[in-house]
Amino acid sequence: MIPESFEYFAPTSVQEAVSLAQRHGEEAKFLSGGHSLLPMMKLRLATPKFVIDLGGIRELTQITEEGGKFRIGALVNHHTLESSEKIRGRCRLLAQTAAQIGDPQVRNCGTLGGSVSHADPAADYPAALLALEVEMEVEGPGGRRRISAADFFVDLFTSALKPSELLVAVHVPVLESNVGSAYKKLRQQASGFAIVGAAAIVAKDEGGKCQRVAIGITGVGPKAFRATAAEKALLGKSLTEKNIEKACHQIASGIDVQGDIHASSDYRRAMADVFARRAVLAAAGLSQ
Amino acid sequence: MAQQYIGQSVKRTEDPRLITGLGHYVDDMKLHDMHYVAFVRSIHGHARIRSVDISAALQMPGVVRIFTGEDCRSIGSIPCAGALEGLKVPAHPVLALEKVRYVGEPIVAVVATSLYLARDAAEAVTVDYQSLPAVVDLERAASADSPRIHEEFSDNIAYTWALTGGDLDQAFKEADKVIKQRMVHQRLIPVAMEPRAVIARFLPGEHELTLWSSTQIPHLMRTQVAIMLGLAENHVRVITPEVGGGFGSKLNVYGEEAALGFISMQLHKPVKWAETRRENFAATIHGRGQIGDLEVAIKKDGRVTGIRYKVWADLGAYHQLLTPAIPTLTGLMLTGSYRIPAARMDVTGVFTNKMATDAYRGAGRPEATYVIERVMDLVAQELSMDPVDVRRVNFPAKKDFPFATATGLTYDSGNYDAPLKKALKLAEYKKWRREQQKARKKGRYIGIGLSTYVEICAMGPSPAMPAGGWESATVRIEPTGKVTVLTGASPHGQGQETSFAQIAADMLGVTIEDIRVLHGDTGVVQYGIGTFGSRATAVGGTAVYRAIEKLLQKGTLLAAHLLQAPKKEIQFEGGKFSIKGDASKSISLQEMALASYTAKNLPVNFEPGLSSTYYFEPKNFTFPFGTHICVVELDGDTGEIKILKYVAVDDCGKVINPLLVDGQIHGGIAQGLGQALMEEAVYDESGQLITGTLMDYAIPRANDLPWFELDRTVTPSPVNPLGVKGVGEAGTIGSTPALVNAVVDALQPFGVKHIDMPLRPEKIWKLLQKEAQ
Amino acid sequence: MEISLNINGQPFKEDVEPRTLLVHFIRENAQLTGTHIGCETTICGACTVLLDGRAVKSCTLLAAQARGKRVTTIEGLLEKGELHPIQKAFWEEHGLQCGYCTPGMILAAHQLLQQNPHPSEAEIRHGIEGNLCRCTGYQHIVKAIQSAAAKMSPPRSASAAR
Repeated sequence: MIPESFEYFAPTSVQEAVSLAQRHGEEAKFLSGGHSLLPMMKLRLATPKFVIDLGGIRELTQITEEGGKFRIGALVNHHTLESSEKIRGRCRLLAQTAAQIGDPQVRNCGTLGGSVSHADPAADYPAALLALEVEMEVEGPGGRRRISAADFFVDLFTSALKPSELLVAVHVPVLESNVGSAYKKLRQQASGFAIVGAAAIVAKDEGGKCQRVAIGITGVGPKAFRATAAEKALLGKSLTEKNIEKACHQIASGIDVQGDIHASSDYRRAMADVFARRAVLAAAGLSQ
Repeated sequence: MAQQYIGQSVKRTEDPRLITGLGHYVDDMKLHDMHYVAFVRSIHGHARIRSVDISAALQMPGVVRIFTGEDCRSIGSIPCAGALEGLKVPAHPVLALEKVRYVGEPIVAVVATSLYLARDAAEAVTVDYQSLPAVVDLERAASADSPRIHEEFSDNIAYTWALTGGDLDQAFKEADKVIKQRMVHQRLIPVAMEPRAVIARFLPGEHELTLWSSTQIPHLMRTQVAIMLGLAENHVRVITPEVGGGFGSKLNVYGEEAALGFISMQLHKPVKWAETRRENFAATIHGRGQIGDLEVAIKKDGRVTGIRYKVWADLGAYHQLLTPAIPTLTGLMLTGSYRIPAARMDVTGVFTNKMATDAYRGAGRPEATYVIERVMDLVAQELSMDPVDVRRVNFPAKKDFPFATATGLTYDSGNYDAPLKKALKLAEYKKWRREQQKARKKGRYIGIGLSTYVEICAMGPSPAMPAGGWESATVRIEPTGKVTVLTGASPHGQGQETSFAQIAADMLGVTIEDIRVLHGDTGVVQYGIGTFGSRATAVGGTAVYRAIEKLLQKGTLLAAHLLQAPKKEIQFEGGKFSIKGDASKSISLQEMALASYTAKNLPVNFEPGLSSTYYFEPKNFTFPFGTHICVVELDGDTGEIKILKYVAVDDCGKVINPLLVDGQIHGGIAQGLGQALMEEAVYDESGQLITGTLMDYAIPRANDLPWFELDRTVTPSPVNPLGVKGVGEAGTIGSTPALVNAVVDALQPFGVKHIDMPLRPEKIWKLLQKEAQ
Repeated sequence: MEISLNINGQPFKEDVEPRTLLVHFIRENAQLTGTHIGCETTICGACTVLLDGRAVKSCTLLAAQARGKRVTTIEGLLEKGELHPIQKAFWEEHGLQCGYCTPGMILAAHQLLQQNPHPSEAEIRHGIEGNLCRCTGYQHIVKAIQSAAAKMSPPRSASAAR
């Protein structure tokens, strides 16, 4: 219940935060909403000696729009994404995903950047971020760089962030009005994390054929992944229930699926198919 | 008596302080110069303690003292009240000595000047363990070649116990069919929202130890802690402020309570310990934990004529207060609400490297009800009968009450068909059966489950109880006429401050605002037993009733004296004593109170003051009953269970406060459904508690539950003058089998006969997969 | 470190360790014990308070994160000594038993009704997903929130009629 003692910093700029992180090295942790880090600290599974609270950095809380993309600051919380008119209207998938994270109180505190940096394999965002092909803007001692979502999630609790690097913003493409999206999730009953989460984006042409599709899956493997075979199978096909069901088959093929007390690997694999199908159906407007 | 309050949905008098955050739970209290205790607990399921190093911790800031098992050798063993013949009772020290036997067992107590510093120092204590093979699997634990948990015993079997009644051999010989089934009652974690907490303050001058503890049994705790610490009982006071739920988990005497008392006696400082949720999961009692093999003799017409039930009970590493006794309650209720002439239950109680099991809401009876209600559905399936008909064939009739069971009980009153009938109508049973048929044709799986439970309540007659089953009450009219009720029952959320005030207000003809119900302080309240076993109103409420009767008798004597009339002509009505037929002469309770305390004009040999105390000893238990019906639909893709309808018609005898009764039923159903759907304490092979936090142990949330449709029938109990039975556990007992029966019913097309709980989606999905292949 | 924040309209300035959790600041420094602690894993919601009007779990925030902000606890919900309509509804509908989850539950309900004055039963159940209650089975809590909603913000037709 009680974190170990630490030294606390409250930088007011990204640069200051990064240089603090650089100065204190591995013993330092960034704190954004705190909803991934503090629970670990309270259980003393994480014992940073230096905590760098990002809460005072205004840049990180902004949502701006540039060049057909939203630039969402890392400290934007789930509730904001869930309720922002802009996001709901023009990048609905992100709002749909944010709305299914944790519970109302958690959504008021937990942040996009905090969750993503933590690279929890059962977190919700990665499925959507992969499907949306977002870019992560990060700043480190060597300056700013961008990392594609596909490269960002490396492994279990491991991201492409280098030591002292901070996720500053996520660049999310605005979805055209003909693009449907959905996030469907099987919740772990106790924690609310995803046993399986599937995010889908679908657009069809005038003839009802699939013109664009992207499916991101989280919860199943050590990191989120794109269901590329299913996407390939759907592209150019009529978006019928039958075709979707056929395409969303063996979604987790080739993925190292681990079981635990909440779901065996077999079940997780099977549910990946079910929830991918449900997400595509809903994104295609064929179900709720 | 005019019933102005009894039977009414009176708003609770407890609530104003609770909804404003002004109530005080133990952890909300702070005493001057208080120190804080943090425990170092075993991280092994089974290990020898090679050494404990506290030297680094002693150097930490704020550390006052550190206690090891050696330092606490003078404290008596943690008590067990379950006295079964041949019971092996291992020593149960408050801090582990040579060995640890479950994850979470306390080893060291660190005392520091703040909560944060105590925790820091606890982290700095190092324990050198020699890991031993953990004994986790119940049946393997019972085998002769299992590693032993307690070296002083020859095996891990703590006891065997049997209950038998009727002619079983004949039943099985004459049976048309015999059904066999294994059933598992998984381990559960009670999860009272307030974890345990203790403050101990020893005053050396008065040589008095006061314990503030979140407990259901302040008086029993006082006695036991006094014995453990070698203190005179009248120098120990236990105070129970607000208690944030118990469900049996606080019907106990824990090592921490005695340890805190001991530490305060050593340091002459008040000390506090508030359990963390992780500690609560690992080191507060668990519930259930039975595996049973069942054999049932049945006749072609659906009659059940005999039951054999052989049970392994997972006791955990040590006995807590009632650990070994819980499975015996299963035996008593094994024949349920049915006329089953022969029954036998054999229990083998087994030590395992886990936290002790003990009373968790229902305590032994949910197991019995689950078994017998599953049996009714197994019989229906075997004989292709409607489960409703099987139940009706086996019900005793209304005229058969009081009804003697094969297990030796006498059910006080009952009319089992009445709630069944009502529930069938309310649930639209026939309509759902038709829906089910239609849905099946479309590949949808709807199931309808019933549970026509009976349970044993109002615990209970003292000869049948481990520590006396009576309850006490004092009713005192204060000199100003205000009424104080002291109850020995120690309610902790049930609302007896309100319901007992309702009883007293009606009997005394005063308003409920004139009454204050006090409880949970051994320095204020006469000895009492506590709140558990759905007993507070039926036994404690009756004590209040009897105490008031006694008080009014005394009042009548004084009234006769003051009104100068013969005793037999005095009547008491509307808060006034008067002469029958002469309304002009009367004396109010308030006037009488003042007269009795000022004592200027009393009858000869009349004791001044106006109060009375009554200890009510019930002659029998009470047996509430009812029907729960649950309709579910399974998600064919995921195995998730959706509850479409939930109906509960309960009969808990007469009702003092319908609002509170409904609340008890709702909460009970939720807990029972929690067991059926999601809850399970899981230990791995090495004895690690895998479900060690609320991140891994699920309890129902608001959106996991449906709207419960409630109704009731009223069959008064003849056991007490209020006619009440008890309702604290009925919901939990009734709901679990209703849900499981519904799911098994939904899976009938797949030939499924039984599924063990919890019915997690994956389990259902697997069954659906099998058939698809 | 020095931490200043406002609790229930009253400023607090305290020198505490950086690791001090907001819930401990509220309970120990401000001595407001209506905010309870029921778990360590941000699940149970007993520690729910309003931070700048939004429901948060105060056991998973450092007091430092609340610097300069406005905290409302259950004790701050009373207005001029009068019960808030949600508090009143919990009393009237028997929305509590042991009372331990109640302060957090009421504050979660408060946020819900701020955002959605006329929630459906399903929306209420969803809205209190972050708060566990082991006593009530939630039904009377749902009823209390429905009843409070009706009183706090009468249905549109009714208000138009006035």
